[in-house]
Amino acid sequence: MKHDFEPKIVAFVCTWCTYAGADLAGTSRMQYPANVRVLKFPCTGRIDPVFILKAFQKGADGVLVSGCHPGDCHYMAGNFHARRRFAAFRKLLEFVGVDLARLEFSWVSAAEGGKWVEVVTDLTERIRTMGPLAEFKELETEEHWSGRLETAELKEAYNNI
Amino acid sequence: MSRIGVFICHCGENISRTVDVERVAQVTARLPGVAIALDYKYMCSDPGQNLLKKAVAEHKLDGVVVAACSPRMHEKTFRNAARAAGLNPFLCEMANIREHCSWVHEDREEATAKAIDIVKFTVSRVKKDRALAPITVPITKRALVIGGGIAGIQAALDIADAGHQVVLVEREPSIGGHMAQLSETFPTLDCSQCIMTPKMVDVANHPNIKLYTWSEIEEVSGYIGNFQVTVRRKARSVDEDKCTGCGVCMAKCPQKKIDNAFDRNLGTRPAIYVPFPQAVPNTPVIDRDNCTRFKTGKCGVCEKVCGPGAIDYGQQDQLIVEPVGAIVVASGFDLYNIGPKPADSPYEGYGEFGYGAIPDVIDGLTFERLASASGPTGGKILRPSDGKEPKQVVFIQCVGSRAREKGISYCSKICCMYTAKHTMLYKHKIHDGQAYVFFMDARTPGKNYDEFWRRAVEEEEAVYIRGMVSRLYQKGDKVVVMGSDVLVGVQVEIEADLVVLATAVQARTGADLLAQKLGISYDRYNFYSEAHAKLKPVECATAGIYLAGACQGPKDIPDTVSQASAAAAKVMTLFAKDQLEREPIVARVNERNCAGCLACKKVCPYGAVEEKEIRDRNGNLIKTVAYVNPGVCGGCGTCQATCPSKSVELDGYTDEQIMAMIEAL
Repeated sequence: MKHDFEPKIVAFVCTWCTYAGADLAGTSRMQYPANVRVLKFPCTGRIDPVFILKAFQKGADGVLVSGCHPGDCHYMAGNFHARRRFAAFRKLLEFVGVDLARLEFSWVSAAEGGKWVEVVTDLTERIRTMGPLAEFKELETEEHWSGRLETAELKEAYNNI
Repeated sequence: MSRIGVFICHCGENISRTVDVERVAQVTARLPGVAIALDYKYMCSDPGQNLLKKAVAEHKLDGVVVAACSPRMHEKTFRNAARAAGLNPFLCEMANIREHCSWVHEDREEATAKAIDIVKFTVSRVKKDRALAPITVPITKRALVIGGGIAGIQAALDIADAGHQVVLVEREPSIGGHMAQLSETFPTLDCSQCIMTPKMVDVANHPNIKLYTWSEIEEVSGYIGNFQVTVRRKARSVDEDKCTGCGVCMAKCPQKKIDNAFDRNLGTRPAIYVPFPQAVPNTPVIDRDNCTRFKTGKCGVCEKVCGPGAIDYGQQDQLIVEPVGAIVVASGFDLYNIGPKPADSPYEGYGEFGYGAIPDVIDGLTFERLASASGPTGGKILRPSDGKEPKQVVFIQCVGSRAREKGISYCSKICCMYTAKHTMLYKHKIHDGQAYVFFMDARTPGKNYDEFWRRAVEEEEAVYIRGMVSRLYQKGDKVVVMGSDVLVGVQVEIEADLVVLATAVQARTGADLLAQKLGISYDRYNFYSEAHAKLKPVECATAGIYLAGACQGPKDIPDTVSQASAAAAKVMTLFAKDQLEREPIVARVNERNCAGCLACKKVCPYGAVEEKEIRDRNGNLIKTVAYVNPGVCGGCGTCQATCPSKSVELDGYTDEQIMAMIEAL
């Protein structure tokens, strides 16, 4: 089925659980939308939030971060660090003005090929209805920000920091 | 300018059916830095690999992308091919266009576009790849075996016989484990102690085995080939070197009324004790919680009667660090708690079976002690309440096992067979007695197993009733068992003298804590997880740690011994080399930029980050920076994502490489 808008989705996954889970989806010949591009990391702990910003900046409409279930990390605790890091990062991302629905964080184990399909399909459909991520691109094309708080919203946001 | 070679595999038709591989080759050939792009039917075949090798030489390639299956499948293959062609293997990357593309998408257009994207960002990554040299680490050729049951004993003996040192750590005062408690074993009915105790003695006498009983694992650090294990030797209060094992202390100890856990609390033991007469080592231990000397300061009889002067009340726990290269975990199992639900247990328990409240409701292991010649009744089957011979015995199977509503859905595997054995042992000792068995299914796969079960039913006349028991209650000196026979469709009520519950095998209490010390994974029942259910059944995902016996899942003795020998063979394979080669995916610190905040040290799960002082030629401290020990680093990269100044980089996953990929999206 063709859609009006095909979003670009980037997935940052750990090699031990989610990457293997996605492999399992493949060997099981499951089907999911072709919008996702998978980048492999040793561990979700390696994923710097800057990568997510960079992906949005480079035109991703949605980003998925996925690793091992809590307690199952191949490196013992990397996913816990990642979870904590992204809890803080989400606030920042929201402040920057990116709808948090564009960022999905999930656990997919090496045995959960079906869950991988589900997560990717759900995210793709959600982003399809949300449309392209325009705000970030607009921001990028703007001149460097003057530093003055021109609008009421900016002032309010500043006061709330 | 880079000179990258791109090789696109058809994988027969697995990829080319949905991905237009020729088009992928055409498009990628035009990418900047790509010197050549080819497609081939089977890249992993010999001619395919030769194609790659030839191209590396002919086109002087400085990077290779193989667009084919998952790197988990063939990364090694192609990196070895690259190495053979004279290229550093870490300059070869795979683009997964099979599992992540052709197999999961049907639309040829979409799949081809995605394949091109995947190859594109992999090319960008390869351009930023750096040549890496594998790290070699020396191997300490000593093994640690955790647990002195039949699994641990077998693994320790095998490794020691191969000429390697073994440290065997057992939590109890004696090795032997559950097998030492059994009376006879299925399907041959040979006496468990008779086949077990010689092995225990072999362990004690083996020049290559260092035995620590009454000891526990305190801490584990390090990695494959180089573990540091701290063992806590609990205070025994008896000097093992002086003790001759004469047993006078045990005979003279005035405190004799302590429940004997080895006999499932059917008998009693003194406060200074060995768990059973054939214990190895035959050195007693003082149970400080129950010893009058420790409770009140009075007594001291054992010290007075001990000829060699081996009693030492002042003994303290000792921490001993043992360097080992491999670890075999053989920590065994516990039995399901059938009494009322303990507060901290995830399982429901079987309050309705009256275990604990009705003295003549016992579990299978208690029955083993009753039937054992060395047990509290000297091998006479007598019921606990009044010591009478039970004339009607009801066995109930699957108590805890296969009971999702109670929290366990797995089959405990050994109960069908040991219940059949129990009915036989009972019939052999009480000829006019009658055994009834309530069962769900009789599961008897194994050599001579089904024959054994049929013998119990057909020759030894055990009455098997298919169905579950709903209720048990005491009536006079009988236990009334109410159940249903679902094959006949009637309710059954039996007035039994003794009820034996075949309780589920469950993971050891605290198995999760040991796993966390070792850094190995476990399933939701706390059984330890093997690296691969079929192809790596004795390895843990954590390199250098192996599994044997029921700590990995319910197992009978033959399976346990097989697995223990398999684990030992894996350890010997590791020890056959002097050096271990490992992937150089480790973090490195840029000392120039590092501010020495050591945020990386806090998040490192391996303790690989150390402080390093940089001094000038006069010895003045310039600054403290982080240093990553490449032997210890596991390569997760959490330090890099944490570092505020980006001064630590994970080789193979540098920011530069990842940013290049994102840029190419």
